[in-house]
Amino acid sequence: MMLSCKQVTRLVSQGLDRELGFTERVRLRVHLAICDGCTNFSKQMAFLREAMAKLADQSPKT
Amino acid sequence: MEDKQADEDFRSRVERERPYLLRYAGLQLRDAHAAEDAVQETLLAALAGEAAFGARASLRTWLTGILKHKIIDAIRRMSREAPALSGDEFDALFDERGHWIEMPAAWTSPDASLEQQRFFAALELCLGRLPQKTSQAFMMREHLGLETDEICKELAVTPTHCWVLLYRARMALRECLSKEWFQK
Repeated sequence: MMLSCKQVTRLVSQGLDRELGFTERVRLRVHLAICDGCTNFSKQMAFLREAMAKLADQSPKT
Repeated sequence: MEDKQADEDFRSRVERERPYLLRYAGLQLRDAHAAEDAVQETLLAALAGEAAFGARASLRTWLTGILKHKIIDAIRRMSREAPALSGDEFDALFDERGHWIEMPAAWTSPDASLEQQRFFAALELCLGRLPQKTSQAFMMREHLGLETDEICKELAVTPTHCWVLLYRARMALRECLSKEWFQK
């Protein structure tokens, strides 16, 4: 069964917080291979993490 | 030496009841993570309170009695969190089949943004707009670099709820940054 975009957004987010299972990874990859919207979304999530790391570096106050 | 042996016996007898307790909690809570949490709390409480057990009751009865209280706590917690559990407010981004209504467009030159002070001002603005608990979870994860289980413990929520909080934070930040930074 194909994942919907909505399910993909949840899985991409969880992938940043826990190790995804093999099946989850495969289904995610299959979807991302054919969906530009979710690919962009996934890049944005990775960017968000990078931006937060950089924010943490430059502002120890928070 | 004998005491140590007795401790280990008690511990393994308690541990043997785990599957039973898990089934019991699972049936009531209908949430595997919450059930596991409740049973874990029960076993810890049991080991800490061994003296209270004595030999009065059957071990299973005694443990079940503790578990009931933990289940009630969990249900209270879940009902408090219930509105937050879904992450549904972002459902509006998708049609009924779960497809994007508006496909996310690539952000332009994100790397260059990371070099600009004004970008971080926008990011902080967006962080400030997150609901309190969502923001706490997200900051613990991305700013302090804590693992999900530590965050769950701090916020007294289940792992599933933790993931929902982090999902909501990311979805909200994505929308906010799209509007406040990447479209300007």
